[in-house]
Amino acid sequence: MAFDITLGQYIPGDSFVHNLDPRTKLIIAIALIVVLFLVNTFVGYFWIALFLLLATINGSISARSVVRSIKPLTFILLLTVILNILFTEGDILFQLGFIRITEQGVFRGLLLGLRLILLILSTTIMTLTTSPLAITDALENLLGPLKKIKFPVHELSMMLTIALRFIPTLLEETDKIMKAQMARGADFESGNLLKRAQNMVPLLVPLFVSAFRRADDLAVAMESRCYRGGEGRTRLNELKYGKADYLTLAVVLPVLALVVYLF
Amino acid sequence: MEPIIEVKDVYHQYGETEALSGVSLEIFPGDFVAVVGANGSGKSTLARHLNGLLLPSKGTVRVKNFYTHNPEDIWSVRALVGMVFQNPDNQLVATTVEEDVAFGPENLGVPSNEIRARVDEALKWVNMLDHKKRSPHQLSGGQKQRVAIAGVLAMHPEVLVLDEPTAMLDPVGREEVLQVINHLNKELQMAIVLITHHMEEVAMAKRVIAMAEGKIKVECNPIELFLQTELVDELGLDVPQVFALGNLLRKYGLEVDPAFDPEELVNALCRSN
Repeated sequence: MAFDITLGQYIPGDSFVHNLDPRTKLIIAIALIVVLFLVNTFVGYFWIALFLLLATINGSISARSVVRSIKPLTFILLLTVILNILFTEGDILFQLGFIRITEQGVFRGLLLGLRLILLILSTTIMTLTTSPLAITDALENLLGPLKKIKFPVHELSMMLTIALRFIPTLLEETDKIMKAQMARGADFESGNLLKRAQNMVPLLVPLFVSAFRRADDLAVAMESRCYRGGEGRTRLNELKYGKADYLTLAVVLPVLALVVYLF
Repeated sequence: MEPIIEVKDVYHQYGETEALSGVSLEIFPGDFVAVVGANGSGKSTLARHLNGLLLPSKGTVRVKNFYTHNPEDIWSVRALVGMVFQNPDNQLVATTVEEDVAFGPENLGVPSNEIRARVDEALKWVNMLDHKKRSPHQLSGGQKQRVAIAGVLAMHPEVLVLDEPTAMLDPVGREEVLQVINHLNKELQMAIVLITHHMEEVAMAKRVIAMAEGKIKVECNPIELFLQTELVDELGLDVPQVFALGNLLRKYGLEVDPAFDPEELVNALCRSN
């Protein structure tokens, strides 16, 4: 089995969307998610879709990466649409035995399907145009006020960064251990679910042992480089709100509010 | 000359065993010290005392005006004594090269525009400036190790301690890292403490310290050490191949100067005729 994962789907670029502060993008993505749950009409969704389309074009995001982001959720998407079409009560459009398709059902199914797609797009546009590190920074910054109630904001974002850093390393290692165990006759591919889970043990034990050793090494290396928590740390790339950010927030948030109000 | 690091009669107890018993050592500006010894001789333990990762059970380690056993001095000590470890994968923290090099200065609270300058400068020293936007898992072992060195250099230390930095590298990566270390010592007068298993690497050093059973057995220059073949055997070390050939030639009565490099040995042979 080959693991070829490019982490985060970030594609570097120099567009308006790319250059926005990650906090701005995070706020807008969250606002969009809320709005999508509040709006219940096709007209409303049309305006949101138009907005997302603009962002997509500006960020020069290819249709391929959009499709790729939706693909893993195809099953859930279809299930939602079909279940809603089949099981909503209302005026019957079409009947075949016990299967009844209602006008309301079709409407609801399509609406929920569209909602799901737009939800995925709202977050995908952010992850495609913002590096994972910038998103972590934005999260740390926006959650900053929670420090007052002793919530470990900095620690959380440091953990996220380290996780992002080590996922490819650990995947490589998994691959290596798997091959080593296969060379000694381990079988990862046959048997029922339970058997397969059992066969994973010789993979997981060495992986965990090595992950703990790595964690230990890394902690020592971090301490050697004077890491002592978030207090008094500066950053290479300080987050800075520019004119574009204020302008974007000042335009987008009222427009979204208007969409909620009107539709 | 005033030493940067002064290790004074240090003992270290690991549970029952005594890992260091009475080690004294001085590191001067521009120094290049290689520390060798068999497994369990205490060389890594000694290295970890130099920046206060381990504290002496007895004795003191002084770095400039700071003592490692003073809790309020510890961060000043670590900023002055940079440490690079063996495993190139386990010491990089961030998802891009430049962010990783910035990690140290960030911890020191250096203003962000100065961090930028330091990162570029450090990456230039280790010859990795072209890779600054890449992610660590896309780099080779030698490249990762050079990034680790840059990460330490960006903190502007006065001593660089490297704990078997080439042990997990292939020959190409090893050569790259050694070149960088040599360059830092020669061009920037950076004091280097190199803990190593590879006797060939000892040749670059100005002084070599051979350890056994937690004690410093010999302190001399590399040539003096490898001329004493019996002592080298006793310490569980090897004489580098080319040097050993020179030793043999001398044993059979040929007058050649000691040399580590094949070419140097050839020249020495030519001169001896």
